[in-house]
Amino acid sequence: MTAIVETRALTKRYGRRTALADCTLTVPAGRVVGLVGPNGAGKSTLLQLACGLLTPTSGTVEVFGRPPAADGAQLGRVGFVAQDTPTYAALTVADHLRLGAKLNPRWDAALAERRVRQLGLDPTQRSGRLSGGQRAQLALTLAVAKRPELLLLDEPVAALDPLARRAFLQSLMEFVAESESQATVVLSSHLVSDLERVCDHLIVLAGSRVQADGEIDDLLATHFRLTTARRDTDTLPAGMRVVNAEHTERQSTFVVRAERAVDDPSWVMEPLGLEDLVLAHLTADPRPVLEPQR
Amino acid sequence: MIEFHIEPRSGVAPYLQLVHQVRQALRLGLLHEGDRLPKVKDVAAKVAINPNTVLKAYRQLENEGLVSPKPGVGTFVTGTLGEPATSEHEPLRQELRRWLASARAAGLDPESIEALFRQTFRSTVEEER
Repeated sequence: MTAIVETRALTKRYGRRTALADCTLTVPAGRVVGLVGPNGAGKSTLLQLACGLLTPTSGTVEVFGRPPAADGAQLGRVGFVAQDTPTYAALTVADHLRLGAKLNPRWDAALAERRVRQLGLDPTQRSGRLSGGQRAQLALTLAVAKRPELLLLDEPVAALDPLARRAFLQSLMEFVAESESQATVVLSSHLVSDLERVCDHLIVLAGSRVQADGEIDDLLATHFRLTTARRDTDTLPAGMRVVNAEHTERQSTFVVRAERAVDDPSWVMEPLGLEDLVLAHLTADPRPVLEPQR
Repeated sequence: MIEFHIEPRSGVAPYLQLVHQVRQALRLGLLHEGDRLPKVKDVAAKVAINPNTVLKAYRQLENEGLVSPKPGVGTFVTGTLGEPATSEHEPLRQELRRWLASARAAGLDPESIEALFRQTFRSTVEEER
């Protein structure tokens, strides 16, 4: 499987503060990868390192097997939509498209114009007067019309209402389905239910570290909630790895990773939704619980 | 043509939800042999889901012998769901009733019976896979 983004022990510090620590992961080609984690977990830092806006303190990051933003050709293959989908407030929609055409050698003007028409955007409108949803769609239009092979999006739907959010995700999936050799997308979000729809791969970041990394279907098939009379974590059978444990006087509730559910009259072992799976990893030990899946 | 939807809170993997919806449409007679399934691209854009998810669902349906892809044209329904005749249901129901009665006689309350059934059902299905 070709790796589009590959990081090794990637670390970014701002003075004393560590934004990203010892991050080793692979983004496989043709996937839509969700990046999830609390604020300050290092999601934006990771995305900005991957597009070359930041340089690592230590460790390495490679995109298409080369350092990010190595040259113009490399930049042309990567699209980046920063947090809150910024556009130039004083420029019109048409100005943005002109800017995109002048700055990007692979610019697809027909695609950009078709999208603006479909979205019902007025080309003479200044982007400062667009609604949040329209601005996000304009930013996405600029990013996809450069025909990137890798598209990085930082919390693109965080500020949108449910309708605009759905419309944005529809546009994004249309782009993925239409791109010739299917483009790779990495998008960060708090909204696990959105990520479950549009992503096939998930990376959970917490405390500036990777807590879980894998195909969503695999993650769902191998995580369970196990409820039983109070017992110690180390009394669970081998082959179950505890992600998270909670105990009351009488009861223990574990989130475990296992190949399959094990029937035992002394416990209830049930599948776990993606949201609870993510939460279990976010409240797990700070050290990585899962090895990245290759 | 059928339309898909995804229920995020169902706990069922999105690709399986699509598989179930096709199977259901076959059972309900909404899809017939020869019908074309919606294009992957259209499903992705309409439902706002990953095109890989749609592909995975279509592949699974293909493995089940229900659909087959014609390159460049689309994916077509080729099979029917051969549900056993409803006459088969009655003897099975009677057996189940007898089993339920013995579970009650063993002191299990309805919830434990349901849990036992669900767990056994799930692990059996997994083993058969």
